[in-house]
Amino acid sequence: MPITTMPTGLTELEKVDEIIESHYWEESALIGILQDVQREFNYLPRPLLKHIAQRLDIPLNRIYSVATFYRAFTLKPRGKYTISACLGTACHVRGGKRVVEELERRLGIKAPDTTNDLKYSLQAVNCLGACALGPVVVVNGEYHAQITPKKVSGILKQYQ
Amino acid sequence: MRQVNNVAAFQSWQDELMKSRNPNARIIIISSGTCGIANGSKFIIEALTEQIRKHNLDSQVSLRVTGCLSFCQIEPLIEIQPESILYTGVKPEDVPEIMEQTIKNKKIIERLLYIDPVTGKKVTYADEIPFYNKQSRIISGDNLKIDPTKIEDYISIGGYSALAKALSTMKPEAIIDMIKKSGLRGRGGGGFPAGVKWESCHKAHGDLKYVICNADEGDPGAYANRGLLEGNPHSVLEGMIIGAYAIGSNIGYIYIRDEYPLAVELFENAIKQAEECGLLGRNILGSGFNFVMNINRGGGAFVCGESSALMASLEGKIGEPRAKYIHMVERGLYDRPSCLNNVETWANIPLILNKDVDWFTKIGTGDVTNNPWGGSKGTKIFSLVGKVNNTGLVEVPMGITLREIVYGIGGGIRGNKRFKAVQTGGPSGGCIPDKLLDLQVDYDRLTEAGSMMGSGGMIVMDEYGCMVDVACYFLNFLREESCGKCVPCREGIERMWEILNDICEGRGQKGNIELLMELSEMVKDSALCQLGATAPNPVLTTLKYFYDEYEAHIKEEKCPAGVCKALIHYTIDEVSCKGCGACVKSCPGEAISGEKKKPHKIDQERCIKCGVCIDTCKFESVKIIPGRHPSVKKELVNV
Ligand SMILES: Cc1cc2nc3c(=O)[nH]c(=O)nc-3n(C[C@H](O)[C@H](O)[C@H](O)COP(=O)(O)O)c2cc1C
Ligand code: FES
Repeated sequence: MPITTMPTGLTELEKVDEIIESHYWEESALIGILQDVQREFNYLPRPLLKHIAQRLDIPLNRIYSVATFYRAFTLKPRGKYTISACLGTACHVRGGKRVVEELERRLGIKAPDTTNDLKYSLQAVNCLGACALGPVVVVNGEYHAQITPKKVSGILKQYQ
Repeated sequence: MRQVNNVAAFQSWQDELMKSRNPNARIIIISSGTCGIANGSKFIIEALTEQIRKHNLDSQVSLRVTGCLSFCQIEPLIEIQPESILYTGVKPEDVPEIMEQTIKNKKIIERLLYIDPVTGKKVTYADEIPFYNKQSRIISGDNLKIDPTKIEDYISIGGYSALAKALSTMKPEAIIDMIKKSGLRGRGGGGFPAGVKWESCHKAHGDLKYVICNADEGDPGAYANRGLLEGNPHSVLEGMIIGAYAIGSNIGYIYIRDEYPLAVELFENAIKQAEECGLLGRNILGSGFNFVMNINRGGGAFVCGESSALMASLEGKIGEPRAKYIHMVERGLYDRPSCLNNVETWANIPLILNKDVDWFTKIGTGDVTNNPWGGSKGTKIFSLVGKVNNTGLVEVPMGITLREIVYGIGGGIRGNKRFKAVQTGGPSGGCIPDKLLDLQVDYDRLTEAGSMMGSGGMIVMDEYGCMVDVACYFLNFLREESCGKCVPCREGIERMWEILNDICEGRGQKGNIELLMELSEMVKDSALCQLGATAPNPVLTTLKYFYDEYEAHIKEEKCPAGVCKALIHYTIDEVSCKGCGACVKSCPGEAISGEKKKPHKIDQERCIKCGVCIDTCKFESVKIIPGRHPSVKKELVNV
């Protein structure tokens, strides 16, 4: 990935440095650093991980072990819209699986994956904490409650 | 914001704030936790603010945006004080009418009232609704009274007075003794007595000690902790400061799941405010006691709810548990004495200090006078979800029966279906059948029934819930969430899941059940942490209470509940089908055909059993029939 300048005027590496600094260069804050980097860049690009390893003076494999252990991290670019479909117990007993299957069919991908045009990423998650409203689908942070397979196409239309 | 650096200054500030609360004031309360926002509360708030400005009603009515008010299903909901008029499913368009009718003319708008699913009658006031009045909302009830972003609101209802009392009049040992006597047991998992844990941590040697709040709430289907963090973050924070003082700790952590961004934001704000007022940080209320709080966001791993894995994660490592022969209270985070409690456990602390032990021990079961394990005291917040009429967070006294929760508070099963089971304790828990509906809900009774209290998930299933599917669901969950450190869990759960998955997909064989039992025993006895050791519970309880269903799947090749796709088929009822063609258009597999106005038919080989036709049909003519269709060969069944 070429080093480019962000809208804020900082290069990507400078932005990462800023994040690391906000965590006081602490190795123990690795998870928080990766979370912030992912929030900024939408995924964890390899060159940035290398940079973090250098800055914190820890082996790159330690970063990879953390980045691959926790579900929250993704090493592949994500789509413009991240769709999280809940398969927590409450959503499961109300038919969450059928919703996920319908999403997969409409998008032509299997969860967790991203469409080729980088528009949609689909992931099945375990409980989004809105269990009373299940089945729940969250798109880029917006909640959609009581979803049935039939409502899926209507939701996708809202995110073009 | 006021700064208070001694107890007297705090108390006079609190008196002022308490006096400023007018019980007769006209206040519109709007519930705006994550569920509220999901249902559009933000738009209602906008509309309300605009209407108040437009009609110049600033002096007559005020708006209070609160966290979750527990009845998540009927949101967006607003409650109008002082009468406690409850409006449900409010839309922004309704707001002008609410202003005109209810606020100005004191008239009730019938259309927005809650309809009791049991009696079918409309109910006007919140305290007349069984969902609310059958609960004991000693902890969650405060959510209604405060805006979680304002520390003044919390102080005005008596908040932080327990801390002031502890710091100015109580020795650490006295606080620990009080918590021990109260019989408060951990609300996050196994129900370990909090006072006993505090005492060990207090006595442990170490220059630095930590108190930690477990807000990982990984149990899918449970969200009670989120409700508290969003609705009343200061109560959790106050509990932690008191705990830290009792234990002798100056540093605290809260580990919040990443899926709860609003809770993180509100807790951050609470910490900032408490620091600014002098209730957190250096020399709290002039007592010489220092305490700082840190927030860590979880990484989305269920195992990180386990105490040793959580501490590893706090250290920035992968969340692998360690064997328990070294206790966390002696060597936990960074190998120092650490006391971990759940969100709800911490929220109980100020209450016990304010109300006293006798008051607390009157609620609940058993006798804890000489033995903190002797009973279950206080209340527990459950997330009552699934196929009940009223879904939401319910706070009930320990010892209440399941029947009272499901039928009394929950209003029974949706759509007049039959109750089949309630799943408690999450992936470590089990399914409790109807014959145990009169079971008293407390730590020990739930464990005896083969389940667990866990962190308070209560998922109700009706006759259309398949118990084999549920067991398979949990094992799949645990298989994915097992950290892989120990073999019994990593391999054992995988094998158990394979068998269950085979059964659900129509490949069940004789001997499967016996093998499942054997594997269950092995995993239970030899897994490193409680994730593995409790993993067989969903299988064991369903085998114990719903053996027939396993047999039906294996021997009769049928899923009686109509869930497992390989063991069911769809048909269209010829009598009720009007031939409207709606299903034909919606079917993604082009499997339905028929002439207009004549009953339609499903091509069994093309049908993928997605269920879209069931959602589409207005006449309920599409039926699920247990068992494969006789015309479809076993190998060709769409799964
Ligand atoms: C796999 C696993 C997951 C757990 N998840 C949670 C959780 O999400 N929240 C929680 O409070 N406790 C959880 N626990 C229980 C904790 O290990 C610990 O017992 C608890 O946080 C202690 O607090 P308490 O005594 O106040 O309940 C989990 C335990 C295991 C084995
Ligand atoms: S189970 Fe889906 S939001 Fe909790």
